[in-house]
Formats: sequence, structure tokens, C-alpha cells
Amino acid sequence: MRRGIRLAAPLFPAAAALGASFGVLARTAHIDAVAAIAMSATTFAGSAQVAAASVLAAGGGAVAAITAALLLNARYAPMGISVGGSFRGGALRRFGEAQLVVDESWALSGGGTRRFDRGLLLGVGATLWFAWVGGTAVGALAGQAIGDPSRLGLDGAFAALFVALLATQLTDRRRIAAALVGAAVAAALTSFTPPGIPIVAATAAVLIGLRR
Amino acid sequence: MSAAWACVLAVGAGTFALKAVGPVGVSRRRMPERVAQLLELLAPAILAALVVTETFGSGRSLVVDARLAGAGAGLLAVALRAPLWAVVVAGAAATALVRLVS
Repeated sequence: MRRGIRLAAPLFPAAAALGASFGVLARTAHIDAVAAIAMSATTFAGSAQVAAASVLAAGGGAVAAITAALLLNARYAPMGISVGGSFRGGALRRFGEAQLVVDESWALSGGGTRRFDRGLLLGVGATLWFAWVGGTAVGALAGQAIGDPSRLGLDGAFAALFVALLATQLTDRRRIAAALVGAAVAAALTSFTPPGIPIVAATAAVLIGLRR
Repeated sequence: MSAAWACVLAVGAGTFALKAVGPVGVSRRRMPERVAQLLELLAPAILAALVVTETFGSGRSLVVDARLAGAGAGLLAVALRAPLWAVVVAGAAATALVRLVS
């Protein structure tokens, strides 16, 4: 656990800054500060929260926002299953510890590999949770002082973050094919569907995995 | 209830469940190999779609604006094996710079 905290320390400022930018984005999407902080504390998944706020800000409605966010977080089911056997204790404890699974904690602790380290996951996850929730509070409450997020390029920062997270996924030809199909579906549908739906529809790209 | 709180509650509850599926529910059992293989493709598909919408999406249209510089700077930083925080800073800086001069 301590090793995890040390491992995650360099990510703390970035996670806090991203949390702050989510807080600012949330306000532009008419999510009040308490709701934004509550969402960061419970959902604790950057891309899903940003997607939900983006859909709301674009006028896409709650159902599209919830659908987009939950489909984004659907990856946590297979990720959790890949490390599930390493969790100990009663159901409540395992439920609580499972909430610290995020992309970074899962990847940094060797998720999906034989050298997965549960303590490392908990240390990284807990560190990032404090950064994310604290940053959200600063962004949501002091967002007026930060000003227009587009002037700071924070929307471009999220584009860059997703590029980086995507790059870690492109480890073989099937994944690259899934990414290309997902991007094509999203681009093709943007003009014809409410915001959020293109991302939902892009999940159909997993069906290329049925091909031998 | 406002749309915002509906999102907070539904997304929170749904994410609790999704994250807990493995550690609480099926920890000792194995997923059918075929299903696991398909789910592996979920993250690249969704993240690629997000790159498209976050870079080019504007309501119901695709536009080229300063965010493309941010995505490009992010790609460059990834190619240089920069840490995640540097990728994010590069993306914000490039986007802000292009907005400043355009």
C-alpha cells in the first residue's frame, strides 16, 4: 500500500488538475458544486464523469449522459474480474476496495498479469481518489476564479489524455482494429444522433472480435 | 430531481456495481473465454470514440479547432514516452497557445 502511494505521488498534481477541470466543466454543464464533488467521490472515473458532463453541457439529456458514462465504465467489469481473485475478506470489504480500481491503479499494479499486486492497487487508487475529489472541489468552488476553461486549453487536455489512454490499449492488431472501428462509428454518427450516442454505438466495435 | 443529480446517483450506483462485479461476485469463477476476449476490445473502442468526440465533436457536428493541437501535442508526448501528467499539460498548453494566436 505504501509503495502504491509513492508510485502514485507523481500523478497527484495531474489528477488534481484533471479533477479541477472536471469541476469547472461540471459547472458549465449546470452540475452544482456539491453534485460534482459527490460524483467524483462515488463514481471516481474521470472519462465517464467528463463524458456525462459533456453530454449534459451539449444538451443531450440525463438518459444519454448516464448511458454514455456507464458504457464507458463497463470496462471496469472485465478489469475487476481480471484481478478479483486477489481480493480478501468479506463482501463489504471487497466491495469497498473494488471502488479503488481505476485505469491508472489497475495498470500500475499489473492488472491482468500474474504479478498483480493488490496492495499496490489500493495505494495508487487511494492516492488518486484524494487528488481527484480535492481537485474537483477546487474546480467546482473556485471555477469562477479559474475562468473560462476553454481559454486554459483544458478541453484540449482531455483530448490529449484520451489519446494517451488509447495508446496504452493498442497492444495488438485486434485492439487497433477495434479502435479504428470505434472511431469511425463515432465520427459517422455524430451528425445524426444526440450527443453521447456515438460513444455508446462505438462499443459495437467489440463485435469484430467474433471474427476468427 | 435535476438532470445533474440523476446522473450523479445513477452513474455512481452503476459504477459501484461494475467495479464490484469482479472482486465481490465472480472472483473465483472464470468468465467464458469468448466473452472475455470480446470485452477486452471495449476499452480501445470506447477510448478511440472519445478521442474523436473530444477532439472534433461540437454538438451534432465535427469541427477542426484548437483542440486538434492539444490532441496532436498529446500524441507527440506519448511518442516521446512522456508521463501522463506531461501529456495532459502538453495538451492544455498547445490548445491554449493556438487559441491565443488565432
